[in-house]
Amino acid sequence: MINISNIHKTYITGNNKLHVLKGIDLKVEAGEMISVMGASGSGKSTLLNILGILDNHDHGEYLLSGIKIEHLNERKAAQLRNKYLGFVFQSFNLVSFKNAAENVALPLYYQNVKRKKRNLIAMEYLDRMGLKEWAHHLPNELSGGQKQRVAIARALIGKPKVILADEPTGALDSVTSQEVMDILTDINKNENITMLIVTHELDIARRTQKTIRITDGLITEIVKN
Amino acid sequence: MFDLDRWQEIYHVLRKNKLRTFLTAFGVFWGIFMLVIMMGSGDGLKNGVSQNFGDMATNSVFIWAQQTSVPYKGFTRGRQFYYENADVRALGEAIPEIKYLAPRTNVGGFNGASNVIRGLKSGGFQIFGDYPVFDSIDPVNLLQGRFINEIDIKEKRKVAVIGVRVKELLFEKNENPINQYIQVNGVYFNVVGMFKSKRTGEAASNDNQRIHMPFTTCQKTFNMGDAIGFFNITSKDGIPVAVVEEKAIRVLKKRHSVAPSDDAAIGHFNLEVEYKKMVGLFFGIKVLVWIVGIGTLFAGVIGVSNIMLVVVKERTKEIGIQRALGATPWIIISQIITESVVLTTFSGYFGLTLGVGLLELINYLLESSGAGTEMFLHPGINFSVAVIALAILVVAGAVAGLIPARKAVSVKPIDALRYE
Repeated sequence: MINISNIHKTYITGNNKLHVLKGIDLKVEAGEMISVMGASGSGKSTLLNILGILDNHDHGEYLLSGIKIEHLNERKAAQLRNKYLGFVFQSFNLVSFKNAAENVALPLYYQNVKRKKRNLIAMEYLDRMGLKEWAHHLPNELSGGQKQRVAIARALIGKPKVILADEPTGALDSVTSQEVMDILTDINKNENITMLIVTHELDIARRTQKTIRITDGLITEIVKN
Repeated sequence: MFDLDRWQEIYHVLRKNKLRTFLTAFGVFWGIFMLVIMMGSGDGLKNGVSQNFGDMATNSVFIWAQQTSVPYKGFTRGRQFYYENADVRALGEAIPEIKYLAPRTNVGGFNGASNVIRGLKSGGFQIFGDYPVFDSIDPVNLLQGRFINEIDIKEKRKVAVIGVRVKELLFEKNENPINQYIQVNGVYFNVVGMFKSKRTGEAASNDNQRIHMPFTTCQKTFNMGDAIGFFNITSKDGIPVAVVEEKAIRVLKKRHSVAPSDDAAIGHFNLEVEYKKMVGLFFGIKVLVWIVGIGTLFAGVIGVSNIMLVVVKERTKEIGIQRALGATPWIIISQIITESVVLTTFSGYFGLTLGVGLLELINYLLESSGAGTEMFLHPGINFSVAVIALAILVVAGAVAGLIPARKAVSVKPIDALRYE
C-alpha cells in the first residue's frame, strides 16, 4: 500500500539547514496497522506529513497504492488526500462552526456530494461511533474523546485506503485513549484499512501489529508486537 | 457553488467579528453612497438649469436690428433700420441649412403700462406677433384651446393665445378664458388658447405673462407696416447654428445696406453656444463625480481586501484542515472570493438603495415645498448607472478577494495545519 525508499527531507530556515529525514525505507502492506515511535525531533511527524502528501520530500521515491507521489500540484494532491487518505490529529482539528455531522460530512462536500446525501452518510458514521445524539452539537460542546471519535468518523467517511494518525491519543486520558484505540483497531480489522499511528506512548504502540522506531531521521528498529 | 455549507461559512466568517465586518462594509457602503449622491446632485443641477431652456430648440439663434456704426453707401452711421417681410423669403432662399424660420414682432407693455384690459381688470403684458412655426422652436404646454394657425395668419384674425398668468390677472378663478375677448392697446382679441411655460422659476413666470397673436394681425393692427421685430432661426439637425447665423447676418447686411465690417448694426444671440458651454460644464462635473466616486469606492474595496487578508490569516489553520481533507485550491479560492463579493455587494447594494432613497426624499421635499427648483430639479440616477455601479462592485469584490485567496493557498497545507 505504501512503499517509500530513500526518502530525504531537509528544512531550511534562514542559514540553518535541518536534515530531518536521512533516507527512510518503508513498506506497509494493505491492512497493516503500524505505530511509529521516536523522540521529539526524530522526524516521525515529518514522515507522516510526507506520507499524507501535506508536505513534499526532497529525494527518494514514494508510491501510494501504486501511484508515484512526485511533483504534484496542489489540486492533484488535494484529490489524492481526499480519495486515499484519512487524517486523525492530536488536536482533533474539527471546524469550530460546523456541528459534528457537518464536520464528518466535510470530505464528501469536497467530492461534491449533495448536502442531504452526505449528511445522511455522516449520520451513519456518527452512529457507528455512538455519537448519533451528538450529531448537531458544535465541537466545543463535546468532550475530548467525543471530538476524536468525530474526527475518526470524518477520516473514515471518504472510504480511504490509509488512515494516518498523528498522536491520536495525545490529548486524551488513558481510559479514553484505550477507547479510541479500540475503535481504530476495529476499523483496521473490519474494514481492512491500513493504519499508521505516530505515538510516543508505549501501551498505544503495543496495540498495533508493528512498531517502527525512528531515531535522528532513520529507522533504527522494527518490532513486531 | 450554492451549497448551504458555503453560505454557512460566509455567515460564520462575517459574524465572527461583527464590528470589523460592519466597518469594512461601511467603507464600500460609503463609497457607493457618495457616488450615488454626487451623481444624483449633478443630475439635479443639470436638470434644474436645463429646465430654464424649456423644450426650446437649443440650436437656435436670435437676430435683431440695432443702429449702424459704420457709414456705408451714402448712409451716415447711427441709422436705425428694420427688417421687412421680404427678408423672410430672402433668408429662406439663401440659406438651405435653415430648419425653422420664425419672424416675430412685439408690442411693449411688459412689466410696465397696463396695455391689456378686460372689463374692470387690466395688466401689462408682453405681446408677440408670431407664426405657427414658433411653437416648433420654443414649445409651450397648451392647457386649453390651440396655438396660432395658418388660417389666423392668412385671414389676419384677431385672436390671442394667453399665458396662465395673464388668465389669472384678467379672469375670475373659475372662468373659462376661451372665446372671451380681451382688449389689447384698445383692440379686441378673441382668446383661442391658454398655455403654461415648460421652463421653471423666473423664466417660467416671464413666459406665463406673454400673449401671442398672429404675426400678420399684429403688424396690421398696430400699424407696423411690414417691419419685423426679430428673427428666431434654427438650423437643420447636425448643422451648427453658427453656420446659419453667419450666413443670415451676411444676407441681412447686404439687403439693408449695412457695411460688411459693421458688427454693431445687427444684434444676435446664439443659444447653441451658450447651451454647449453648459453641456461642457455638466460633462466636467460628471467626470469629476465619477473620479471622486470611484476613488472613494476604491478605498472601500481596498479596505475589504485588507480585511480579507486578516481573515485569511486568522483562518490559516482552518483552511489547512480543509485542505488536508481534500479541499482543492480552487474550492478555497472561490470560497474566499465569494465572501469578498458578498461583503462588497451587500454593503454596496445597501449604499445604492440608501443613496437612491435619499435622492427620492430630496426630490419629494423639493416638489412638495416648491423651493429651489430653478437650480435643482429631479435629482436621480439612471437605472443603467445603478446596474453599472453594482457590476463594478461585484468585480471589485472579486478582485479584492483574489489577493487574500491566493495567499491562503500559497501556504503549504502542513504549515497551515501547524499555524497557531
